Order: sequence, then C-alpha cells, then structure tokens
Amino acid sequence: MDKEQNKPVDQGRRTALKGLAGLGIGAFAGSLGISKAQAAKKVTMGFIYVGPRDDYGYNQAHFEGKSAMVKQSWIKAVDQENVPETIAVQKAMESMINLDGAQVVFPTSFGYFDPHILKIAPKYPDVMFLHCGGLYDASKHPKNVGSYFGYIDEAVYISGIVAGHMSKTGKLGYIAAIPIPQVLRNINNFTLAARSVNPSITVQVVFTGGWSNPVKEAESANSLIDQGVDVLNCHVDSPKVVVETAEKRGIYSCGYHADQSRLAPNGFLTGAEWNWSKVYLDYATMISKGTRIPNLIRGGFKEGLVKSSPYGKAVSAKAKAHADKVRAQFMKGDFVVYQGPIKDNTGKVVIPKGKGYGQTDIWLESMDWLVEGVVGRTKG
Amino acid sequence: MLMPFAPFLIPLTALALSLVLFGGFIGLAGADVLEVYHSIYRGAFGTWFSWQNTLTSAAPLMLTALCTALPARLGLIVIGGEGAVVLGGLAAALTGLALIGANPWIALAGMALAAMLAGGLLIGLVGWLRHSRNVNETISSLLFNYISIAILSFLVIGPLRDPETLNKPSTHHIGDTHMLGVLGDSSIHWGFGYGLIACLILWVLYKRTVFGFAVDMVGGNVRAAKLSGLPVGRIVFLVCMMGGAAAGLAGMVEVAAVHGRANTSLNAGYGYEGILIAFAARHHPLAIIPMAILFGGIRAASGLMQRDHDLPDATSLVLQGIIFILILASEAVFARLATRRGSTA
Repeated sequence: MDKEQNKPVDQGRRTALKGLAGLGIGAFAGSLGISKAQAAKKVTMGFIYVGPRDDYGYNQAHFEGKSAMVKQSWIKAVDQENVPETIAVQKAMESMINLDGAQVVFPTSFGYFDPHILKIAPKYPDVMFLHCGGLYDASKHPKNVGSYFGYIDEAVYISGIVAGHMSKTGKLGYIAAIPIPQVLRNINNFTLAARSVNPSITVQVVFTGGWSNPVKEAESANSLIDQGVDVLNCHVDSPKVVVETAEKRGIYSCGYHADQSRLAPNGFLTGAEWNWSKVYLDYATMISKGTRIPNLIRGGFKEGLVKSSPYGKAVSAKAKAHADKVRAQFMKGDFVVYQGPIKDNTGKVVIPKGKGYGQTDIWLESMDWLVEGVVGRTKG
Repeated sequence: MLMPFAPFLIPLTALALSLVLFGGFIGLAGADVLEVYHSIYRGAFGTWFSWQNTLTSAAPLMLTALCTALPARLGLIVIGGEGAVVLGGLAAALTGLALIGANPWIALAGMALAAMLAGGLLIGLVGWLRHSRNVNETISSLLFNYISIAILSFLVIGPLRDPETLNKPSTHHIGDTHMLGVLGDSSIHWGFGYGLIACLILWVLYKRTVFGFAVDMVGGNVRAAKLSGLPVGRIVFLVCMMGGAAAGLAGMVEVAAVHGRANTSLNAGYGYEGILIAFAARHHPLAIIPMAILFGGIRAASGLMQRDHDLPDATSLVLQGIIFILILASEAVFARLATRRGSTA
C-alpha cells in the first residue's frame, strides 16, 4: 500500500486534488486485490537520452516509448535528457541507481556503451544496464549488460518502395550523419527498394559529419532539391529540419526515428519508426516477474520492434499496395533484402548471384559500401 | 569597513539573489520551489556521492576557465578553450598510442606534455595573431574552435580510426595500464587534482613573481609597458600559451581518465562553460576553484531537477545564466556605490 500511495506524490505533485484522486484509486485497487501485474514488484527504470526529449527524432522515439510504458501503475520511470557521451553519463546512471533506486537503466545513445556502461556495470551487479545499439558480446561483457536494437532498415525499405513509386524525376536524396554501417545499411535498403520499383532511380547522399547539425542539414536539403531531387530521406538524430525543408520546397519526404507527419502535412510519404514502448514494456514485465533478461534483443517488423509511419495523403494506391505486400513478407520473415547479385556503386560485385544475406547476418553489420545507384562515397 | 570582505560578500549576495530569481522562474514553470532547491542541494552537495559528482564535473571546468582567465589579465578575451581541449585530447591520444608499452609514468607525462603543447600552441597562435597581425583574438579563437573540431572529426573518422569502433568512430585505445586513476578511494579522477594545482600555481605566478607583475603592466597599459622595455609580444604569446596549455590538459584528462581514446566526445562544451566560469570568477585563478565547483554542482544536480520535478534540462542553464549575469552586474553596481561613497566622504 505504501508504494501505491507514493505514486501520486511522485507524478501528480501539482494539485492536492490529483493526489487525493490517486489515493482513492490506490485504495480501490487495493480492495479489489489488484491485478496480477500490479501485485508484482514495482519496477523502477531510468532512461538517459543524448539529446532533447522533443527532438522529433531518435530521442523522442525513446521518450515516447518510455511515456507509453509508464502508464502501467507498477512502473516508475525517471529520465534525463541532453546527457553527453562523457563521464556525465556515468554519473547519470549512478545517480539514478543511488538516488532513485533504479533497478534497470536504459542509456539510449550508442556512444554510452564503451567505456561508460562497461565501467559502471561491474560496480552494480544487481542492476541491469540495457543499451540501445547492439554490441553485447557474452565473452567480453558483464552479465548485467544487455543490448537491444531493431532492424529499422526493414522499415526504411518500405519507405524506399513508396519513394520509388512517388518520384517523378527519378532522383532521390539522402541526408546522413556519418558513414557508419547502420547508416550505410539504411541508405542501401532505401536505394535497393526504390530501384526495385524503377531501376533507373538514383539516390544522392550527403554526409553532414554529425548527428545533430541542423544548419548543414538544411543546406544539404536545399542543395539536393536544387539538383532535382524530389523525395528526401535522412538519417540524423532529428529529421525535423530535413522534413520541414522538403515541405517548404514542395517536394516529398520520408521520416525516420519517430513520426514526423505533422511537420509536412502535404509532402510526407511514410517513415521508419522505432516501437520502443513494446520493448520497454517487455523488459519491465520480465523484471517484475523475475524472469532472466536476455542479453541480446533484436527484431524487425515481425518482432514488433519497428513500424512504418502512417501513409501521408499524397501516397498513391499503387505505392501503398506494393509497400503493404513487402511489409507482409517481412512480417512472415522470409524477405531477403541482400540477395545477390548486388554491385556496389563502383561497379564491384559485393554479393554474387545466388548468395543472400538474411536480416540477422552479422556480415551486414560491418557494411562499408554503397549499392549501385547511390551517388556518393563512404570515404572523404 | 565592509571593504576587506567585499570580494566574498559581493558574489555571495549575487548568488543569494540569483537563487531567489531562479525560484521565481521555477514557480512559473509550475514546480515546487523549495523542493527544487532541496533537489539541487541533494544532487550537488547533499551526500559524499553527490560531492564526488560535483567535483568530477568541476575538474575540466577549472582548466578550461584558465584558458579565458589568464589572457583576460592582458585585456584579451579568448574563447578558444573548446578547440584547445579537442586538440589537447587528440595530441594526448596520439602520444599515448606512440608510447604503448612504455612505463605508465612516462606515458602519462608524455601525454600531458603533448596535450599542453597542442592546446598551448593553438591559443599561443591566437595571441601572436593579435599582437603581430592585429587579428581580433575573440573571433580568431572562436574560429579555431571550429577548425580544431573539424580536424578531430576528420582524423577519427578517417586515418586514425580504429576499425573496431564501427558506429562511434574513435582512435585506438591507449591501453588500460596507461589510464589516469582516481583520487584515493573516491570516484573523482585526477583531473580535479590537476585543476587545483594549475589554479594554485598560476595564482602564485600572477601574485608573487616579476612575470605576474609584467602581465598586469601589459594589461594595464600596453604603451607604458612597451616604454618600460617589456617584451610585450613574448608576454602575450606566453600567457596565451599557458591558458591554452591548461585547456589542453583538460583534453588529456578526458582521454586518459575517461575515454581511453580520442573521439568527438572531446567536444562536449567544457571550453564554453569555462568562459562563463572565468568571467564569474573575475579572472582570478583562486576564485575559479569555487566557481567551477558551483557550476559543476549545478551540472551534477541537473539530473535530479529533471527526474524529480519534470523540469527540462535547460533549467540548469537558466540557473547558470542568472548567476552569471548577477555576479557580473553586482560588480558594476558595487563599483558605482563605492565611488559614490568615496566622493561624499
């Protein structure tokens, strides 16, 4: 009962009325014997974001996941934004554990892992450190560390199909942060998908050099549009600037990380989104039941880790039908994006005919090439 | 009668006033003011755990503050601490990699020297451009920040990249045996010690040596200093170089105590926060210590303000801003009061 009473104080601290209502509900639930989940132990979770909670992108996706999950009364979640990938994140994790009693922390930025999580986790063996991004290696890393990540490139593939149908100029644009495997894989998926619709399509890539670089993102968007690109996609922390610029210039855009359809009511096509609320709720349930948490969680459409943003009003029926069909194949789990023959954009055959790399193939996670049809270079 | 205490009283009064103003802001944001004060105290100074967080946050800030405070004695406004941190960290990582297998003491000393040299040359160049080419030092140091960050990104994404750092490009690791340790059984790394020592040494240098006197002369009146035969150009270069060396050392600490590699995390804003601290400390090397601890405490408490009160991260910036403005304003106001009293006496 104590814990039930604490809750309204934690969250609805502004009005006494809210608190009273909360007490009432708590007492009511108590008298009913409470549902199974509530009867389980209360779970305290800590979330750390590298940027602002409302960035329309990477961080907002995590914040939305946390916010949806925290509606369960047996979960308490605290979060902290704008935490740089320095010793600050070590302090934030320790502070959540020591001052808030967090049983599990979710440091959500890739750069939080090495050395920060690896340094703090051994000090707190009873706390789980679940990292978004995916580097867990059972032979090297502590047992109380785990990683979760989604094959969001599946959803990017769907965006690519829609973009391929909607483009009139046959020129698509991609604004990306830095040429690392995750980013290259998204660009390649987008390109392969668009060219499956129309093999003459090209995708022009601009690397901005950083995850959050709004000025360069706007400049790149404008420059690509000036060159005749009529659909823009991006992989940066916040797609806001790219999507807004596309809308202002009257071309189509695809979203990434979270739902950006509100930013571009006319030109937004669809987007690749994370579905973190499911992942976080699954983790919370496992913790409250005392189930052992797997160190590695991966999945795409089929496992419910990623989703597509709802189609924008501009999307044609033909494009929707094609995209829905491929998504259904992803849901069945038998669609192979990297099926040979595939050439890179220098003409070299990277995947020979007859060879295919399935979604979980680790080889794809060290990608350093761009497929045929991409205009751009991974180095310099 | 107030005069001997004035240097402490003025900033303390300003601090108290800023807390009141900040309270008003918190009230408007809809949070419980006293509870927020309590959280700030708890997160920054309430327990030994919080103190360790505060002092760790303060460590790089002391060093970067010196980068602005030292040249300020010459009347120069240098804001290149960020660039010096970045280049210092890069130089430290490269030296660390070159000295893998060497004695840890030699490796650490080499890394520190390389970092101080890199940061020192960068800000020294700013001073030289100012003195010999009349290039505005504020603008040039700002631009050098961008250049330094671009050099770092280019090198860690390109030629210096450890291929194993797939998704966060970084240099190779300098090796665990060459990492900088912590103070005693705390979690505070040696960077805090470096900061304290640097502030103390530079205070002695400014207050107790002929060199310090010469710096004050150049800062007071360049023409008079020239007429007295002081080597103004050399003094400007040296002072800027010392400032840059301090910030460069902060970069070395980041690499050797925290990351073990150089990557874009070096560019975390320590240089810019150091500017605030230098001004709030009125460019006094000793005053930098409490100011850095105060601002480090605000950094450390920012998390609790967010977690306990649903306040955005920017709240701690608001508090910093209010303190900064009031401390600067209090100086001007007090100076006016003092002259008025002086004229009526």
